[in-house]
Amino acid sequence: MATDRTFRRSLHPLHAVLLAGTIPLFLGALLSDYAYSSTYYIQWATFASWLLAGGLVFAGLALLWAIIGLIRPDHRRPDYLVYIALLVATWIVGFLNALIHARDAWGMMPTGMILSIVMTLLACAATWIAFSRLHAGGQA
Amino acid sequence: MRLTSVVPVSVLSALLSACGDGSPASQQEYGPNPQLPEPKRGLLPNMTVPERAEWGDRKPTVPDDYTITAIATDLKIPRQTLLLPNGDILVAEGTGGSAPLSKPKDVIAGVIKSKGTTSVESGNRLTLLRDSDGDGSYEEQTVFAENLNAPYGLALVEDNLYVANQDALVRFDYTEGQTRASGPPEEITKLPSEINHHWTKAMTASADGRYLYVGIGSNSNITERGMAAEVDRAVIWQINRRTGAHKPYATGLRNPTALTIQPETDQLWAVVNERDELGPNLVPDYLTTVREGAFYGWPYSYWGQNEDPRVRPQKPDKVASAIAPDYSLGAHVAALGVDFSVPEMGPGYSEGVFIGEHGSWNRSNPVGYKVVFVPFNNDQPDGEPVDFMTGFLTDDGRARGRPVGVTVDPDGAVIVADDLSNTVWRVTYDGEE
Repeated sequence: MATDRTFRRSLHPLHAVLLAGTIPLFLGALLSDYAYSSTYYIQWATFASWLLAGGLVFAGLALLWAIIGLIRPDHRRPDYLVYIALLVATWIVGFLNALIHARDAWGMMPTGMILSIVMTLLACAATWIAFSRLHAGGQA
Repeated sequence: MRLTSVVPVSVLSALLSACGDGSPASQQEYGPNPQLPEPKRGLLPNMTVPERAEWGDRKPTVPDDYTITAIATDLKIPRQTLLLPNGDILVAEGTGGSAPLSKPKDVIAGVIKSKGTTSVESGNRLTLLRDSDGDGSYEEQTVFAENLNAPYGLALVEDNLYVANQDALVRFDYTEGQTRASGPPEEITKLPSEINHHWTKAMTASADGRYLYVGIGSNSNITERGMAAEVDRAVIWQINRRTGAHKPYATGLRNPTALTIQPETDQLWAVVNERDELGPNLVPDYLTTVREGAFYGWPYSYWGQNEDPRVRPQKPDKVASAIAPDYSLGAHVAALGVDFSVPEMGPGYSEGVFIGEHGSWNRSNPVGYKVVFVPFNNDQPDGEPVDFMTGFLTDDGRARGRPVGVTVDPDGAVIVADDLSNTVWRVTYDGEE
Protein backbone atom coordinates (compact mmCIF):
# COMPACT_ATOMS: atom_id res chain seq x y z
CA MET A 1 0.00 0.00 0.00
CA ALA A 2 2.87 2.33 0.86
CA THR A 3 4.42 1.80 -2.59
CA ASP A 4 1.11 2.64 -4.20
CA ARG A 5 0.94 5.95 -2.34
CA THR A 6 4.43 6.84 -3.54
CA PHE A 7 3.36 6.21 -7.13
CA ARG A 8 0.36 8.43 -6.69
CA ARG A 9 2.45 11.29 -5.39
CA SER A 10 5.20 10.84 -7.94
CA LEU A 11 3.59 13.14 -10.50
CA HIS A 12 2.28 16.34 -8.96
CA PRO A 13 -0.83 17.65 -10.77
CA LEU A 14 1.00 20.80 -11.90
CA HIS A 15 3.90 18.70 -13.18
CA ALA A 16 1.35 16.61 -15.07
CA VAL A 17 -0.27 19.70 -16.60
CA LEU A 18 3.10 21.06 -17.76
CA LEU A 19 4.01 17.73 -19.26
CA ALA A 20 0.67 17.12 -20.95
CA GLY A 21 0.69 20.68 -22.33
CA THR A 22 3.71 19.87 -24.47
CA ILE A 23 1.63 17.57 -26.69
CA PRO A 24 -0.96 20.05 -28.01
CA LEU A 25 1.68 22.75 -28.38
CA PHE A 26 4.18 20.61 -30.28
CA LEU A 27 1.42 18.88 -32.24
CA GLY A 28 0.04 22.32 -33.09
CA ALA A 29 3.49 23.33 -34.36
CA LEU A 30 3.66 20.19 -36.46
CA LEU A 31 0.21 20.72 -37.95
CA SER A 32 1.08 24.36 -38.67
CA ASP A 33 4.26 23.20 -40.41
CA TYR A 34 2.16 20.87 -42.50
CA ALA A 35 -0.27 23.69 -43.33
CA TYR A 36 2.63 25.96 -44.36
CA SER A 37 4.27 23.31 -46.48
CA SER A 38 1.04 22.56 -48.31
CA THR A 39 -0.18 26.16 -48.79
CA TYR A 40 2.97 28.33 -48.60
CA TYR A 41 0.79 30.65 -46.49
CA ILE A 42 3.27 32.36 -44.18
CA GLN A 43 0.79 32.71 -41.28
CA TRP A 44 1.23 28.99 -40.55
CA ALA A 45 5.00 29.30 -40.31
CA THR A 46 4.54 32.09 -37.77
CA PHE A 47 2.03 30.01 -35.78
CA ALA A 48 4.46 27.08 -35.80
CA SER A 49 7.27 29.26 -34.40
CA TRP A 50 5.19 30.50 -31.45
CA LEU A 51 3.59 27.12 -30.67
CA LEU A 52 7.07 25.62 -30.67
CA ALA A 53 8.34 28.32 -28.30
CA GLY A 54 5.36 27.69 -26.00
CA GLY A 55 6.04 23.95 -26.07
CA LEU A 56 9.66 24.58 -25.09
CA VAL A 57 8.54 26.61 -22.07
CA PHE A 58 6.18 23.82 -20.91
CA ALA A 59 8.72 21.07 -21.63
CA GLY A 60 11.47 23.07 -19.92
CA LEU A 61 9.45 23.57 -16.74
CA ALA A 62 8.36 19.92 -16.69
CA LEU A 63 11.98 18.88 -17.12
CA LEU A 64 13.09 21.17 -14.30
CA TRP A 65 10.40 19.67 -12.06
CA ALA A 66 11.42 16.15 -13.00
CA ILE A 67 15.11 16.80 -12.31
CA ILE A 68 14.35 18.35 -8.93
CA GLY A 69 12.25 15.24 -8.26
CA LEU A 70 15.43 13.14 -8.46
CA ILE A 71 16.17 14.33 -4.93
CA ARG A 72 13.65 11.77 -3.75
CA PRO A 73 15.31 8.34 -3.53
CA ASP A 74 12.17 6.51 -4.67
CA HIS A 75 12.39 8.42 -7.99
CA ARG A 76 15.78 6.99 -8.85
CA ARG A 77 14.45 4.05 -10.74
CA PRO A 78 14.53 3.07 -14.42
CA ASP A 79 11.03 4.26 -15.38
CA TYR A 80 11.69 7.70 -14.01
CA LEU A 81 15.11 7.95 -15.63
CA VAL A 82 13.67 6.92 -19.01
CA TYR A 83 11.05 9.61 -18.57
CA ILE A 84 13.73 12.25 -17.88
CA ALA A 85 15.85 11.06 -20.80
CA LEU A 86 12.87 11.32 -23.16
CA LEU A 87 12.06 14.79 -21.88
CA VAL A 88 15.67 15.93 -22.32
CA ALA A 89 15.62 14.58 -25.88
CA THR A 90 12.30 16.32 -26.54
CA TRP A 91 13.68 19.63 -25.34
CA ILE A 92 16.95 19.42 -27.27
CA VAL A 93 15.23 18.48 -30.54
CA GLY A 94 12.65 21.19 -29.86
CA PHE A 95 15.34 23.81 -29.29
CA LEU A 96 17.18 22.90 -32.49
CA ASN A 97 13.83 23.05 -34.22
CA ALA A 98 13.22 26.55 -32.85
CA LEU A 99 16.52 27.68 -34.36
CA ILE A 100 15.55 26.13 -37.69
CA HIS A 101 12.15 27.82 -37.47
CA ALA A 102 13.94 31.16 -37.06
CA ARG A 103 15.09 30.88 -40.69
CA ASP A 104 13.14 33.13 -42.98
CA ALA A 105 10.24 31.83 -45.06
CA TRP A 106 10.85 28.46 -46.77
CA GLY A 107 14.39 28.39 -45.34
CA MET A 108 12.93 26.45 -42.37
CA MET A 109 11.77 23.61 -44.64
CA PRO A 110 11.95 20.65 -44.88
CA THR A 111 14.19 20.30 -41.79
CA GLY A 112 11.68 22.15 -39.61
CA MET A 113 8.86 19.72 -40.30
CA ILE A 114 11.05 16.63 -39.87
CA LEU A 115 12.21 17.91 -36.47
CA SER A 116 8.61 18.76 -35.55
CA ILE A 117 7.60 15.15 -36.17
CA VAL A 118 10.49 13.82 -34.05
CA MET A 119 9.86 16.34 -31.29
CA THR A 120 6.14 15.58 -31.13
CA LEU A 121 6.71 11.81 -30.99
CA LEU A 122 9.27 12.26 -28.20
CA ALA A 123 6.85 14.45 -26.24
CA CYS A 124 4.12 11.81 -26.62
CA ALA A 125 6.51 9.07 -25.49
CA ALA A 126 7.68 11.04 -22.45
CA THR A 127 4.12 11.80 -21.43
CA TRP A 128 3.03 8.20 -22.00
CA ILE A 129 5.78 6.83 -19.79
CA ALA A 130 5.09 9.39 -17.09
CA PHE A 131 1.34 8.88 -17.07
CA SER A 132 1.31 5.11 -17.44
CA ARG A 133 4.21 4.12 -15.22
CA LEU A 134 4.61 6.89 -12.66
CA HIS A 135 1.12 8.08 -12.04
CA ALA A 136 -0.60 4.77 -12.59
CA GLY A 137 -2.88 5.45 -9.64
CA GLY A 138 -6.07 3.46 -9.24
CA GLN A 139 -4.48 0.03 -9.92
CA ALA A 140 -4.96 -0.89 -6.29
CA MET B 1 37.26 36.76 -31.73
CA ARG B 2 37.10 39.95 -29.76
CA LEU B 3 35.14 38.59 -26.87
CA THR B 4 35.12 41.76 -24.87
CA SER B 5 33.80 44.05 -27.49
CA VAL B 6 31.00 42.33 -29.29
CA VAL B 7 27.71 41.14 -27.98
CA PRO B 8 27.76 37.57 -26.73
CA VAL B 9 25.54 36.23 -29.48
CA SER B 10 28.41 36.54 -31.93
CA VAL B 11 30.34 34.01 -29.88
CA LEU B 12 27.43 31.62 -29.87
CA SER B 13 26.95 32.32 -33.52
CA ALA B 14 30.54 31.48 -34.32
CA LEU B 15 30.21 28.18 -32.47
CA LEU B 16 26.97 27.18 -34.08
CA SER B 17 27.22 28.57 -37.56
CA ALA B 18 28.48 26.51 -40.43
CA CYS B 19 31.25 28.88 -41.43
CA GLY B 20 32.74 29.78 -38.06
CA ASP B 21 34.65 32.98 -37.66
CA GLY B 22 36.31 33.07 -41.06
CA SER B 23 35.35 35.17 -44.03
CA PRO B 24 37.52 38.27 -43.69
CA ALA B 25 36.73 41.30 -45.78
CA SER B 26 39.35 40.23 -48.35
CA GLN B 27 37.06 37.46 -49.53
CA GLN B 28 34.54 40.03 -50.64
CA GLU B 29 33.98 40.21 -54.34
CA TYR B 30 33.80 43.60 -56.02
CA GLY B 31 32.91 44.75 -59.47
CA PRO B 32 30.66 43.67 -62.31
CA ASN B 33 31.15 39.89 -62.13
CA PRO B 34 31.48 38.77 -58.51
CA GLN B 35 32.10 35.09 -57.84
CA LEU B 36 29.16 34.09 -55.69
CA PRO B 37 29.69 31.39 -53.04
CA GLU B 38 27.05 28.74 -52.41
CA PRO B 39 24.33 29.92 -50.04
CA LYS B 40 24.77 28.60 -46.51
CA ARG B 41 23.22 29.23 -43.14
CA GLY B 42 24.20 27.66 -39.81
CA LEU B 43 21.84 27.03 -36.92
CA LEU B 44 22.16 30.67 -36.03
CA PRO B 45 22.62 33.51 -38.51
CA ASN B 46 26.05 35.14 -38.38
CA MET B 47 25.68 38.34 -36.44
CA THR B 48 28.17 40.78 -34.97
CA VAL B 49 26.68 44.04 -33.81
CA PRO B 50 29.53 46.34 -32.77
CA GLU B 51 28.75 48.23 -29.59
CA ARG B 52 28.87 52.00 -29.50
CA ALA B 53 32.11 53.86 -28.84
CA GLU B 54 32.78 57.59 -28.60
CA TRP B 55 34.86 59.61 -31.06
CA GLY B 56 36.45 61.65 -28.25
CA ASP B 57 39.14 63.79 -29.89
CA ARG B 58 39.39 61.46 -32.85
CA LYS B 59 37.98 61.95 -36.30
CA PRO B 60 37.55 59.62 -39.26
CA THR B 61 40.72 59.06 -41.29
CA VAL B 62 40.86 60.68 -44.73
CA PRO B 63 43.59 60.65 -47.42
CA ASP B 64 46.53 63.10 -47.34
CA ASP B 65 45.63 66.49 -48.82
CA TYR B 66 42.14 66.19 -47.34
CA THR B 67 40.79 67.77 -44.16
CA ILE B 68 37.84 66.52 -42.16
CA THR B 69 35.65 68.62 -39.88
CA ALA B 70 32.57 67.84 -37.84
CA ILE B 71 30.25 70.61 -39.03
CA ALA B 72 27.31 69.59 -36.85
CA THR B 73 27.08 67.41 -33.74
CA ASP B 74 24.35 66.33 -31.34
CA LEU B 75 21.83 65.98 -34.14
CA LYS B 76 18.82 63.66 -33.86
CA ILE B 77 19.82 60.79 -36.16
CA PRO B 78 21.05 62.47 -39.37
CA ARG B 79 20.50 60.35 -42.48
CA GLN B 80 20.64 62.19 -45.79
CA THR B 81 21.84 65.67 -46.69
CA LEU B 82 21.03 68.12 -49.49
CA LEU B 83 23.27 70.94 -50.67
CA LEU B 84 21.27 74.08 -51.47
CA PRO B 85 22.33 76.55 -54.20
CA ASN B 86 23.66 79.11 -51.69
CA GLY B 87 25.85 76.52 -49.97
CA ASP B 88 23.51 75.82 -47.06
CA ILE B 89 23.14 72.18 -46.12
CA LEU B 90 19.85 70.53 -45.17
CA VAL B 91 20.00 67.45 -42.97
CA ALA B 92 17.09 64.98 -42.73
CA GLU B 93 16.92 63.52 -39.23
CA GLY B 94 14.89 60.71 -37.80
CA THR B 95 14.11 57.04 -37.76
CA GLY B 96 11.06 55.12 -38.89
CA GLY B 97 9.56 51.69 -39.32
CA SER B 98 6.66 50.20 -37.42
CA ALA B 99 7.09 46.50 -38.08
CA PRO B 100 5.33 44.57 -35.32
CA LEU B 101 6.99 41.55 -33.74
CA SER B 102 6.15 38.58 -35.89
CA LYS B 103 8.17 35.62 -34.67
CA PRO B 104 10.12 34.78 -31.47
CA LYS B 105 13.24 35.59 -33.50
CA ASP B 106 12.17 39.25 -33.75
CA VAL B 107 12.13 39.60 -29.96
CA ILE B 108 15.74 38.42 -29.67
CA ALA B 109 16.95 40.32 -32.74
CA GLY B 110 15.45 43.54 -31.39
CA VAL B 111 17.51 43.30 -28.20
CA ILE B 112 20.74 42.56 -30.09
CA LYS B 113 20.31 45.30 -32.68
CA SER B 114 19.52 47.97 -30.09
CA LYS B 115 23.14 47.68 -28.89
CA GLY B 116 24.42 48.91 -32.22
CA THR B 117 22.22 51.93 -32.78
CA THR B 118 21.95 55.36 -31.24
CA SER B 119 19.69 55.86 -28.23
CA VAL B 120 18.80 59.38 -29.36
CA GLU B 121 15.14 59.96 -30.22
CA SER B 122 14.03 60.38 -33.80
CA GLY B 123 14.36 64.05 -34.81
CA ASN B 124 11.64 63.98 -37.48
CA ARG B 125 12.95 67.31 -38.70
CA LEU B 126 15.21 69.07 -41.18
CA THR B 127 18.13 71.01 -39.81
CA LEU B 128 19.78 73.74 -41.89
CA LEU B 129 23.53 74.32 -41.56
CA ARG B 130 25.07 77.58 -42.80
CA ASP B 131 28.63 78.78 -43.15
CA SER B 132 28.08 82.55 -43.58
CA ASP B 133 31.72 83.61 -43.78
CA GLY B 134 32.94 80.69 -45.84
CA ASP B 135 35.60 79.59 -43.34
CA GLY B 136 34.42 75.97 -43.39
CA SER B 137 32.81 76.17 -39.98
CA TYR B 138 29.02 75.97 -40.12
CA GLU B 139 28.30 78.32 -37.26
CA GLU B 140 24.59 78.75 -37.95
CA GLN B 141 22.31 75.82 -37.21
CA THR B 142 18.54 76.23 -37.43
CA VAL B 143 15.58 73.89 -37.52
CA PHE B 144 14.17 74.31 -41.04
CA ALA B 145 11.11 72.12 -40.53
CA GLU B 146 9.85 69.81 -37.81
CA ASN B 147 7.05 67.35 -37.05
CA LEU B 148 7.90 65.38 -40.16
CA ASN B 149 7.57 61.60 -40.25
CA ALA B 150 11.01 60.02 -40.52
CA PRO B 151 12.22 62.23 -43.42
CA TYR B 152 14.95 60.68 -45.56
CA GLY B 153 15.04 61.58 -49.27
CA LEU B 154 15.56 65.24 -50.17
CA ALA B 155 15.41 67.00 -53.54
CA LEU B 156 15.26 70.61 -54.71
CA VAL B 157 13.65 71.45 -58.05
CA GLU B 158 13.48 75.19 -58.81
CA ASP B 159 11.84 76.70 -55.74
CA ASN B 160 10.31 73.46 -54.51
CA LEU B 161 11.87 71.47 -51.71
CA TYR B 162 10.67 67.86 -51.77
CA VAL B 163 10.95 65.65 -48.71
CA ALA B 164 10.28 61.91 -48.74
CA ASN B 165 8.82 61.04 -45.36
CA GLN B 166 8.42 57.36 -44.52
CA ASP B 167 4.73 57.57 -45.48
CA ALA B 168 4.37 60.45 -47.95
CA LEU B 169 6.12 62.73 -50.40
CA VAL B 170 5.68 66.35 -49.31
CA ARG B 171 6.68 69.72 -50.76
CA PHE B 172 7.82 72.97 -49.16
CA ASP B 173 8.17 76.33 -50.90
CA TYR B 174 11.82 77.32 -50.84
CA THR B 175 13.43 80.68 -51.45
CA GLU B 176 17.18 81.00 -51.48
CA GLY B 177 18.53 82.11 -48.13
CA GLN B 178 15.54 80.83 -46.18
CA THR B 179 16.44 79.31 -42.80
CA ARG B 180 12.97 78.17 -41.81
CA ALA B 181 10.11 76.76 -43.85
CA SER B 182 7.38 79.33 -44.41
CA GLY B 183 4.60 76.93 -43.50
CA PRO B 184 3.55 73.31 -43.25
CA PRO B 185 4.26 71.16 -46.28
CA GLU B 186 1.84 70.12 -49.01
CA GLU B 187 1.37 66.39 -49.58
CA ILE B 188 2.12 65.34 -53.17
CA THR B 189 1.34 61.64 -52.78
CA LYS B 190 1.23 58.94 -50.16
CA LEU B 191 4.08 56.45 -50.19
CA PRO B 192 3.71 52.77 -49.25
CA SER B 193 4.14 52.65 -45.49
CA GLU B 194 2.36 49.58 -44.12
CA ILE B 195 4.75 47.75 -41.74
CA ASN B 196 7.74 49.62 -43.26
CA HIS B 197 10.31 46.93 -42.42
CA HIS B 198 12.60 48.96 -44.71
CA TRP B 199 11.23 52.43 -44.08
CA THR B 200 13.74 54.74 -45.78
CA LYS B 201 12.40 56.57 -48.82
CA ALA B 202 15.44 57.56 -50.85
CA MET B 203 14.82 60.23 -53.47
CA THR B 204 16.35 62.17 -56.31
CA ALA B 205 14.96 64.36 -59.09
CA SER B 206 15.35 63.59 -62.79
CA ALA B 207 17.83 65.76 -64.70
CA ASP B 208 15.03 67.67 -66.43
CA GLY B 209 13.21 68.21 -63.13
CA ARG B 210 9.94 66.65 -64.31
CA TYR B 211 10.05 63.55 -62.15
CA LEU B 212 11.07 62.44 -58.73
CA TYR B 213 12.40 58.93 -58.19
CA VAL B 214 11.65 57.35 -54.81
CA GLY B 215 13.14 54.08 -53.55
CA ILE B 216 10.74 51.86 -51.58
CA GLY B 217 12.38 48.95 -49.78
CA SER B 218 10.92 45.48 -49.24
CA ASN B 219 8.80 44.65 -46.21
CA SER B 220 10.94 41.69 -45.18
CA ASN B 221 14.35 40.12 -45.56
CA ILE B 222 13.06 37.46 -47.90
CA THR B 223 9.21 37.26 -47.92
CA GLU B 224 8.91 36.08 -44.30
CA ARG B 225 5.87 38.34 -43.96
CA GLY B 226 4.24 36.84 -47.04
CA MET B 227 3.91 38.26 -50.54
CA ALA B 228 0.78 40.24 -49.60
CA ALA B 229 3.06 42.52 -47.58
CA GLU B 230 5.22 43.17 -50.65
CA VAL B 231 2.71 44.99 -52.84
CA ASP B 232 4.40 48.20 -54.06
CA ARG B 233 7.63 47.23 -52.25
CA ALA B 234 11.19 46.63 -53.47
CA VAL B 235 10.59 49.12 -56.26
CA ILE B 236 11.64 52.53 -57.45
CA TRP B 237 8.72 54.80 -58.24
CA GLN B 238 8.77 57.51 -60.86
CA ILE B 239 6.54 60.31 -59.56
CA ASN B 240 5.26 63.28 -61.51
CA ARG B 241 6.23 66.01 -59.08
CA ARG B 242 3.32 68.28 -60.04
CA THR B 243 0.45 65.77 -59.93
CA GLY B 244 1.78 63.03 -57.68
CA ALA B 245 0.94 60.44 -60.35
CA HIS B 246 3.36 57.56 -60.10
CA LYS B 247 4.37 54.26 -61.64
CA PRO B 248 6.95 51.60 -60.87
CA TYR B 249 10.10 52.62 -62.75
CA ALA B 250 12.08 49.50 -61.86
CA THR B 251 11.24 46.51 -59.65
CA GLY B 252 12.92 43.68 -57.72
CA LEU B 253 15.36 46.03 -55.93
CA ARG B 254 15.27 44.76 -52.34
CA ASN B 255 16.19 47.99 -50.57
CA PRO B 256 17.19 50.94 -52.77
CA THR B 257 18.68 53.19 -50.09
CA ALA B 258 20.15 56.03 -52.13
CA LEU B 259 19.51 57.38 -55.62
CA THR B 260 21.42 59.88 -57.72
CA ILE B 261 21.61 61.15 -61.29
CA GLN B 262 24.86 60.86 -63.26
CA PRO B 263 25.58 64.40 -64.50
CA GLU B 264 27.19 63.40 -67.83
CA THR B 265 24.44 61.02 -68.90
CA ASP B 266 21.34 62.04 -66.89
CA GLN B 267 21.13 58.33 -65.97
CA LEU B 268 19.53 57.25 -62.67
CA TRP B 269 21.84 55.23 -60.38
CA ALA B 270 21.05 53.49 -57.11
CA VAL B 271 22.77 51.64 -54.30
CA VAL B 272 20.77 48.65 -53.10
CA ASN B 273 21.04 46.48 -49.99
CA GLU B 274 20.57 42.82 -50.73
CA ARG B 275 19.21 39.91 -48.67
CA ASP B 276 20.69 38.40 -45.50
CA GLU B 277 21.14 34.93 -44.02
CA LEU B 278 22.68 33.25 -47.06
CA GLY B 279 26.22 33.48 -45.69
CA PRO B 280 28.89 36.10 -44.92
CA ASN B 281 29.79 36.72 -48.57
CA LEU B 282 26.33 36.54 -50.05
CA VAL B 283 24.41 38.43 -51.41
CA PRO B 284 26.50 41.42 -52.59
CA ASP B 285 25.04 44.87 -52.05
CA TYR B 286 25.34 46.77 -55.28
CA LEU B 287 25.67 49.98 -57.24
CA THR B 288 23.70 50.00 -60.47
CA THR B 289 22.17 52.02 -63.23
CA VAL B 290 18.41 51.76 -62.89
CA ARG B 291 16.93 50.70 -66.20
CA GLU B 292 13.32 51.65 -66.83
CA GLY B 293 11.01 48.63 -66.61
CA ALA B 294 13.77 46.28 -65.49
CA PHE B 295 13.33 43.58 -62.83
CA TYR B 296 16.34 43.06 -60.55
CA GLY B 297 15.33 39.74 -58.99
CA TRP B 298 14.01 40.27 -55.46
CA PRO B 299 12.64 38.12 -53.97
CA TYR B 300 12.83 35.27 -56.47
CA SER B 301 16.49 35.52 -57.40
CA TYR B 302 19.68 37.44 -56.66
CA TRP B 303 22.46 38.85 -58.85
CA GLY B 304 20.56 38.03 -61.97
CA GLN B 305 19.04 34.60 -62.03
CA ASN B 306 20.40 32.83 -58.93
CA GLU B 307 17.25 31.42 -57.38
CA ASP B 308 16.65 32.05 -53.69
CA PRO B 309 15.60 28.70 -52.16
CA ARG B 310 13.62 30.43 -49.40
CA VAL B 311 10.92 31.81 -51.67
CA ARG B 312 7.72 29.79 -52.14
CA PRO B 313 5.91 29.77 -54.43
CA GLN B 314 8.82 30.32 -56.83
CA LYS B 315 8.17 32.01 -60.14
CA PRO B 316 10.50 30.69 -62.84
CA ASP B 317 9.29 33.24 -65.38
CA LYS B 318 10.18 36.08 -63.03
CA VAL B 319 13.61 34.53 -62.40
CA ALA B 320 14.14 34.26 -66.13
CA SER B 321 13.35 37.94 -66.57
CA ALA B 322 15.73 39.16 -63.82
CA ILE B 323 18.77 41.19 -64.85
CA ALA B 324 22.04 41.43 -62.93
CA PRO B 325 23.06 44.78 -61.45
CA ASP B 326 26.21 46.61 -62.59
CA TYR B 327 28.71 46.57 -59.74
CA SER B 328 29.13 44.54 -56.51
CA LEU B 329 30.09 46.52 -53.42
CA GLY B 330 30.50 43.36 -51.29
CA ALA B 331 27.95 41.54 -49.15
CA HIS B 332 26.45 43.21 -46.06
CA VAL B 333 28.38 46.52 -46.41
CA ALA B 334 24.99 48.28 -46.24
CA ALA B 335 25.50 51.08 -48.73
CA LEU B 336 23.20 53.94 -47.72
CA GLY B 337 24.61 56.91 -49.58
CA VAL B 338 25.78 57.64 -53.12
CA ASP B 339 26.81 60.75 -55.05
CA PHE B 340 28.89 61.51 -58.12
CA SER B 341 32.21 63.27 -57.69
CA VAL B 342 33.51 66.41 -59.40
CA PRO B 343 37.03 67.34 -60.62
CA GLU B 344 37.32 69.74 -57.67
CA MET B 345 37.58 66.68 -55.37
CA GLY B 346 41.20 66.21 -56.48
CA PRO B 347 42.94 64.05 -59.06
CA GLY B 348 42.52 60.70 -57.29
CA TYR B 349 38.81 61.15 -56.74
CA SER B 350 37.62 63.23 -59.66
CA GLU B 351 35.68 60.68 -61.69
CA GLY B 352 33.48 58.22 -59.85
CA VAL B 353 31.04 57.93 -56.97
CA PHE B 354 31.38 58.23 -53.23
CA ILE B 355 29.43 55.60 -51.31
CA GLY B 356 28.52 55.66 -47.62
CA GLU B 357 28.69 52.17 -46.14
CA HIS B 358 26.74 51.93 -42.89
CA GLY B 359 28.48 48.65 -42.02
CA SER B 360 27.52 45.03 -41.50
CA TRP B 361 25.63 43.24 -38.74
CA ASN B 362 25.12 40.01 -40.63
CA ARG B 363 28.62 38.51 -40.70
CA SER B 364 31.24 37.65 -38.07
CA ASN B 365 33.92 40.06 -39.30
CA PRO B 366 32.45 43.52 -39.81
CA VAL B 367 32.71 45.09 -43.28
CA GLY B 368 31.68 48.54 -44.44
CA TYR B 369 31.83 51.21 -41.71
CA LYS B 370 33.51 53.57 -44.16
CA VAL B 371 33.03 55.81 -47.16
CA VAL B 372 34.48 54.36 -50.35
CA PHE B 373 35.13 55.80 -53.78
CA VAL B 374 34.31 53.72 -56.85
CA PRO B 375 36.37 55.07 -59.76
CA PHE B 376 34.62 55.52 -63.12
CA ASN B 377 35.96 55.60 -66.65
CA ASN B 378 33.82 56.38 -69.70
CA ASP B 379 30.84 56.86 -67.38
CA GLN B 380 31.13 53.26 -66.07
CA PRO B 381 32.62 51.85 -62.85
CA ASP B 382 36.22 50.90 -63.49
CA GLY B 383 38.28 49.28 -60.73
CA GLU B 384 37.91 48.25 -57.11
CA PRO B 385 36.44 50.53 -54.43
CA VAL B 386 39.03 52.75 -52.75
CA ASP B 387 38.76 53.67 -49.06
CA PHE B 388 38.07 57.38 -48.70
CA MET B 389 36.96 57.78 -45.10
CA THR B 390 37.77 55.13 -42.48
CA GLY B 391 38.35 54.83 -38.73
CA PHE B 392 34.70 54.27 -37.84
CA LEU B 393 35.57 51.01 -36.03
CA THR B 394 37.83 50.88 -32.99
CA ASP B 395 40.70 48.36 -32.78
CA ASP B 396 38.58 46.24 -30.46
CA GLY B 397 35.65 46.12 -32.84
CA ARG B 398 33.32 48.77 -31.48
CA ALA B 399 31.75 51.42 -33.72
CA ARG B 400 32.35 55.14 -33.24
CA GLY B 401 30.09 56.06 -36.12
CA ARG B 402 28.20 54.73 -39.12
CA PRO B 403 28.13 56.63 -42.42
CA VAL B 404 24.80 57.14 -44.19
CA GLY B 405 24.11 59.84 -46.78
CA VAL B 406 26.91 61.25 -48.93
CA THR B 407 26.66 64.55 -50.80
CA VAL B 408 29.35 66.06 -53.03
CA ASP B 409 29.80 69.82 -52.83
CA PRO B 410 30.96 71.05 -56.28
CA ASP B 411 33.46 73.33 -54.55
CA GLY B 412 35.41 70.21 -53.62
CA ALA B 413 33.96 68.70 -50.46
CA VAL B 414 32.07 65.60 -49.40
CA ILE B 415 29.37 65.85 -46.76
CA VAL B 416 28.72 62.65 -44.79
CA ALA B 417 25.93 62.04 -42.28
CA ASP B 418 26.79 59.71 -39.38
CA ASP B 419 23.70 58.32 -37.64
CA LEU B 420 25.50 56.63 -34.74
CA SER B 421 27.49 59.60 -33.42
CA ASN B 422 24.79 62.00 -34.70
CA THR B 423 27.37 64.06 -36.55
CA VAL B 424 27.68 65.59 -40.01
CA TRP B 425 31.24 65.38 -41.35
CA ARG B 426 32.69 67.49 -44.16
CA VAL B 427 35.81 66.43 -46.02
CA THR B 428 37.54 69.08 -48.13
CA TYR B 429 40.30 68.78 -50.71
CA ASP B 430 43.26 71.05 -49.93
CA GLY B 431 45.61 70.15 -52.78
CA GLU B 432 45.86 71.42 -56.33
CA GLU B 433 43.18 70.36 -58.79
